Amino acid sequence: MPLHHYRPPPNHGGITSTQQQQVTHQPPAMDVLSQSRRQLADYTNSLHRDGFLDDQFSQLQQLQDESSPDFVMEVVSLFFEDCQKLVTNMARALSELQAVDFKQVDSSVHQLKGSSSSVGAARIKNLCVAFKTCCDSQNRDGCMRCLQEVNRECVLLKNKLQTLFRLEQQIISAGGSIPM
Amino acid sequence: MEIEVLPSMWPEDIDSEKPYNVERPAGDGEQDMLEEVTIRAAASAVDFHHLKALTSYTDRGSHQMSHLMRHWEHQQANAVRLLREELDILSRQREEVELKKLEILEHFQFEEDNCKRPISILDKHVELYGDGVPRKKFVDFVVRSDRRVELAAESDTVAYWKARAANLEKLLEASVHREQILVEKLEENMKELEGQGSPVEELSQILKRADNFLHFVLQNAPVVIGHQDKELKYRFIYNQYPSLNEQDILGKTDVEIFKGAGVRESQDFKKEVLEKGVPAKREIAFETELFGLKTFLIYVEPVFSKTGETIGVNYMGMDVTDQVRKREKMAKIREEIAVQKAKETELNKTIHITEETMRAKQMLATMSHEIRSPLSGVVSMAEILSNTKLDREQRNLLNVMISSGDLVLQLINDILDLSKVESGVMKLEATKFRPREVVKHVLQTAAASLQKVLTLEGRIADDVPIEVTGDVLRIRQILTNLISNAIKFTHDGKVGIDLYIVSDPGCGRAEDRGGEEEEEEECHVQETTVWLRCDVYDTGIGIPENALPNLFKKYMQASTDHARKYGGTGLGLAICKQLVELMGGQLTVTSRVNHGSTFTFVLPYKVSPACDSSSDDQDELSDMTDHNNASVSDQDETAGFFQFQPRLLGSLFSSSNGPIRIPKLVPNTFGNTNSPPLNGFLEDGNSSFPSSDIGSKETTTSVEDAYSTVESIGTTSEPGTLFGSVSKECQNGELRSTESIRRTNSAENHDRSSQQCSSSGNNTSHAEADKVKPKPRILLVEDNKINVMVTQSMMKQLGHSIEVVNNGIEAVKAIQRRYYDLVLMDVHMPVMDGLQATRIIRSFEDTGNWDEAAKAGIELPAASSESLTNGHSSHPNSRDRIPIIAMTANALSESAEECYANGMDSFVSKPVTFQKLKACMDEYLP
Repeated sequence: MPLHHYRPPPNHGGITSTQQQQVTHQPPAMDVLSQSRRQLADYTNSLHRDGFLDDQFSQLQQLQDESSPDFVMEVVSLFFEDCQKLVTNMARALSELQAVDFKQVDSSVHQLKGSSSSVGAARIKNLCVAFKTCCDSQNRDGCMRCLQEVNRECVLLKNKLQTLFRLEQQIISAGGSIPM
Repeated sequence: MEIEVLPSMWPEDIDSEKPYNVERPAGDGEQDMLEEVTIRAAASAVDFHHLKALTSYTDRGSHQMSHLMRHWEHQQANAVRLLREELDILSRQREEVELKKLEILEHFQFEEDNCKRPISILDKHVELYGDGVPRKKFVDFVVRSDRRVELAAESDTVAYWKARAANLEKLLEASVHREQILVEKLEENMKELEGQGSPVEELSQILKRADNFLHFVLQNAPVVIGHQDKELKYRFIYNQYPSLNEQDILGKTDVEIFKGAGVRESQDFKKEVLEKGVPAKREIAFETELFGLKTFLIYVEPVFSKTGETIGVNYMGMDVTDQVRKREKMAKIREEIAVQKAKETELNKTIHITEETMRAKQMLATMSHEIRSPLSGVVSMAEILSNTKLDREQRNLLNVMISSGDLVLQLINDILDLSKVESGVMKLEATKFRPREVVKHVLQTAAASLQKVLTLEGRIADDVPIEVTGDVLRIRQILTNLISNAIKFTHDGKVGIDLYIVSDPGCGRAEDRGGEEEEEEECHVQETTVWLRCDVYDTGIGIPENALPNLFKKYMQASTDHARKYGGTGLGLAICKQLVELMGGQLTVTSRVNHGSTFTFVLPYKVSPACDSSSDDQDELSDMTDHNNASVSDQDETAGFFQFQPRLLGSLFSSSNGPIRIPKLVPNTFGNTNSPPLNGFLEDGNSSFPSSDIGSKETTTSVEDAYSTVESIGTTSEPGTLFGSVSKECQNGELRSTESIRRTNSAENHDRSSQQCSSSGNNTSHAEADKVKPKPRILLVEDNKINVMVTQSMMKQLGHSIEVVNNGIEAVKAIQRRYYDLVLMDVHMPVMDGLQATRIIRSFEDTGNWDEAAKAGIELPAASSESLTNGHSSHPNSRDRIPIIAMTANALSESAEECYANGMDSFVSKPVTFQKLKACMDEYLP
């Protein structure tokens, strides 16, 4: 889905106007900026296309404005912190030798599902669905597999988002603003 | 001769005591032994007379006898042969000797002939012999020897002849001696033989040995040996442990002796052997008075006479009771093992199948869920879109889109319900509810979306309890389903619900579903079960008889024609039936084509009669003074009849009765029903109704007016006289219905006035109508930090600030502290989930106390409790219904129905988006 579809209507924060203003004010940076912007757009598109992110992430991006310029980054880092904690919790619960507390795992999975769907981490969210079924059927091996998958996806997404943020930083440092 | 011999073969001889009589006097010490012998001997009983006949006439008997005789004869013959041989030897020797004698005599004669000489010497020789030789022979000899001697004397020298004669004399003497010995021996043998006399003794000894041997062997054997004649009368029996005297047995048949199981069988078996003439074995279980339950292995062989006729049977039985018992035990165990194994495999198979099915159903449910949430998004977006400015063409397209979406949603909901019931996920809840309210609400809801000219009515018998316990959500679902079905197939006339008590249709069923816990009420007075019958009738097109059997089947409709004409998924009735049966009831239908149908379900409910009404009454009486609601709810409590008259709605609301929105509307009507009947509102509402863009202020004021007029009526009406004034009730109901129709419809159109209306039951709207709207207070109850962050940020963009708490308990506490205009409540939370929190909050709103909260362990903060009890002036809306919006993840456990059942007003599926939040704010925060 092209990103500009999710541009909020003009009455929701004047981001677009600011952006246009800045663009017009700095003609020399135009080329570099537009290039970086295209790069960012392509990258974002690829993330959406490959299913790493869904529209919810775009919603988050819409929420970012002057009053909270690092909103997405904040949410995302909170998300990864949360992920780390939940994954560790689940790993501990699942490596329990006697009886795995599937209830605990289940609640962690639920949390993770909620968080991931809130930030629009689509792949992780989808994994959580499978994870939950494994949990419901008390399938320890399945859970372990899912957990590893989740962990891998988290790391993967973290890298991808870091790249994304780097690109954004480039644009900002070049004097541009991040397009919504 | 044989006959005389035989008695000695049989125990009789031993029995006869003769041999022992001699010894008896010898000492008492031996008596024991003797007795033993006697006892043992007594074991066999013989019919001697028959035995004689038997042994002489039967093959075996004669064979045995002849064998013994042969043996004896052989022995005798052997002795004779030996003697004869010796005799032969002797006679040969004698012959030899005689030959020699003759030779010698010839010699003599020859010599005599040659030279005849008178011999005188012979005399002398004769004298030499003395008296050793028997006289006769001697005489002969003498005569002859005389001659010889004479001859010898004549032929040779006398000395030679003398010597020779002497030699011969010696030989003769030896042979005579030998002969004598032999004769003696012979005589001895003769004597011996004479002493033996007959073979009797030898035979009897042999027999005695055999007998002893048999006794020795059979001493402890659990066997019975017997012989029975042609008529199967016992002729001989040997029994180690006899329980009967022989005279009781001999000459009688089995049947005559015993009675009980197995006797006849053994008799028949013996007969069979007798007839067939072939020996056979069989195991027969006896159960007789004589020796109890015993199993015998019986061997029966026929006995033939010399001529080949069967004259009886030999019978041998062995007690194998223990073995049989063991064997049977083993067989039983083996059988059990086999059965168990079979069961196990069967069970495994079933488990496998069940697991597969469950998985499939779960999968279906999950899938449906996954489909439902995006679809509901599509439909709600379409609805929002329908509120924007559209031309006719676009609106038409949009309407088609919405109704199709609704249909798919309905289908998915139905499938979900069905698969839930079938996979056993569906859990029934036991909650207290008021059947009257349920019936009324269902009718109200139906009336709200009614597009036909139909009268909806509800009739509830007086004896139906005010409050019963059951799964109100499911019951409401069934009722709604049946009512909407009825409306669908009815073009004019009436659709209604009759609710009344029936006697227990099938005892025991109530106990079956008694599993639901009902510890929620204070009073543990024994709960009784009441069976309520609910008839949902219509005056519709009816159902042809041939379609009735398939009516409750999945995806079945009365006919394909109907399906085309009326649409629908064909799942509704199947779900109803499954639900009713799940609750332990029955769903039936009667119908007449073109006259209408009546669907009837009978369900058991629990009632605790003693506590409810009284406590509620007290509550309400005390509250009556300052709460209008109380008197009204009192009215609702006992109202027996509701009617919703047809309204000419036209085709104005063609887009608006999708099933998904019906539940959403329920809370609205819910809120309204607590408000008193509005007199005079009818005209206002009626006139303002058709226009969708009516000004909100106008409506509000009209409601206020109506409200004020009604307030007086509400307070004057006495609960006790309610039954007497049915007509009034009826009128009131009618009025209320119009009100609700108007409201719900306008709400559907997302008219702002609907929000105004729904809150207009409160006194606040009155106050707020004049004032500038204050910033609404919004409480977010959510445990997930990220969700909090996102929601908070979104709300900020929407221009709202929100307060956040992390679980149900905190939410309840927050609400105890102050009033909120809206609560966004996560369903799944640690410590206390959203459903429970909502229930507690609703219970406070209904009762005015936080008892439920206290029960859940939430202490009321001291300061605020004071402010609460002191009066509602500080926050006068504490008793009003706070809109609570659920935020659900798409999980089976968090169905929309459940949210509604727990008192939530609406739900937003996660992840929350701008659009969803905005729609929600628009709807609930005017």
